[in-house]
Amino acid sequence: MAAAEEASRPFAGLSEVSISEDIPVEGDISVPVGPSTRRDDELSTLDEPVRETILRDLRAVGNKFVHVLYPKRSTALLRDWDLWGPLLLCVTLALLLQGGAADSDDQGGPQFAEVFVIIWFGSIIITLNSKLLGGTISFFQSLCVLGYCILPLTAAMAVCRIVLVGGSGTVSFAVRLVVVTASFGWSTFASTAFLADSQPPDRKALVVYPVFLFYFVIGWMILTFSPSQ
Amino acid sequence: MASTNDPFQFQEFEEAGNLLEANRDATTISIEEDNIKPDKQRKAVGFTPDGDDEDPLASDDKTELLSGPKKSVPFWTFEYYQRFFDIETHHVKERIIGSVLPWPGKNFVHVHLRRNPDLYGPFWICTTLVFAIAISGNISNFLVHLGKPNYKYTPEFRKVTIAATAIFSYAWFVPLALWGVLLWRNNKIMNLVSYSFMEIVCVYGYSLAIYIPAVVLWIIPYEWLRWCSIVVALCLSGSVLVMTFWPAVRDDHPKVIIAIMSAIAVLNILLAVGCKAYFFSKPEAVLPADSSAGTEVTKAPSST
Repeated sequence: MAAAEEASRPFAGLSEVSISEDIPVEGDISVPVGPSTRRDDELSTLDEPVRETILRDLRAVGNKFVHVLYPKRSTALLRDWDLWGPLLLCVTLALLLQGGAADSDDQGGPQFAEVFVIIWFGSIIITLNSKLLGGTISFFQSLCVLGYCILPLTAAMAVCRIVLVGGSGTVSFAVRLVVVTASFGWSTFASTAFLADSQPPDRKALVVYPVFLFYFVIGWMILTFSPSQ
Repeated sequence: MASTNDPFQFQEFEEAGNLLEANRDATTISIEEDNIKPDKQRKAVGFTPDGDDEDPLASDDKTELLSGPKKSVPFWTFEYYQRFFDIETHHVKERIIGSVLPWPGKNFVHVHLRRNPDLYGPFWICTTLVFAIAISGNISNFLVHLGKPNYKYTPEFRKVTIAATAIFSYAWFVPLALWGVLLWRNNKIMNLVSYSFMEIVCVYGYSLAIYIPAVVLWIIPYEWLRWCSIVVALCLSGSVLVMTFWPAVRDDHPKVIIAIMSAIAVLNILLAVGCKAYFFSKPEAVLPADSSAGTEVTKAPSST
């Protein structure tokens, strides 16, 4: 009883407190909302010029390109994933694969839509496969990594087209073969460097093989591209 | 004594009934549900590292007793399909080797699958086979027409679609039909061995693995080499299928056994020969036009 009275004593005076109008209450209770507080003007990107908005995204994409070109085990691609880079690469690759030996009947090279479907559908299937095998990576992160690692193959396609301008004999075929093989190996190695950590260790080969197959098919499409005469 | 004998006998009878029930579950319950019903036979525990020469029925009994509570997940959730990917690299390797080198005593389902059929193997083997056929057909076409001035090389991407349709239908619809036939026969005749739909799909998927090296060999434009490799691949693949399904039909009427076995073999042969005929043109030295009646039309301008 006495203890209870003792315990209630610190709070005894509370009932006498009242908020009256002459106690000014002021202050700023707004919390800056935003995913990052890196820059001071992050709060409102509405006021910045459009060029800056676009450049920011382009810089992010370019940063990821650099990470693909020098693949180390890093989480840069995984942390801030975006799908602009893969879209850009896919469209570039599909456009470069146009203008091939397409005669009037369509037994020719891949159409734009075919390349698009192969790349995106293939990426989705590989992502589903790795998730079903128990991977910890998220769906869009995996799409992002697979899309960005097409960069070496797109570069190889550009090189192949340049080589084909010079002629399409055996020498050019040998050069193209070497370039495409090297870039295919680079792509597979780069994507494995990003994806490997998210898999349980006894299933790594099961996840890497579909990636290998995917880039092999894309490399095949690039290698067999023959220009129209 | 009489009172103790009766429950004993009753227990035995029930045990045998349970034994049959456990094995026949996939065939008796799954009719009104989806085609995929491996729930009763799924063991949530992983693999039991038993020896190979165990009686398969005894091992079924033991694994069913050892398994924990099996939760049955509805088929529209992601977790339902995740159980078919509960597999490791060395398991896939063992299964592929087991399907490429069939051994007379070993039933593929009992030895390798052990009630854990997976979808990884069938799906990726079929996909690899599709691309292998398309790419090898392309290369062999190119090699056959190499010296001819009129030939314009084109990568024929339509063929990928056709190859994909053919192979995936074989790998999915034939198991479906076979499963239906076995179900029908199981209702008439008491069989102790029955396979779930997933296990049949698994066997068919892995049995296609031998065709991948065979298809790559078909690039070399020698007819005798192609026919040799087809025959070898057919023998190996067919024997895996026949040895797997023999225990399921051996108690049946002889005519039915022959019908089912020959259907399995004939469909296999049709797939192999059809792929070879459609995608790989015969090397002809003389005519620049399309090669022969059964093969595909090449890009060379024909003289007709």
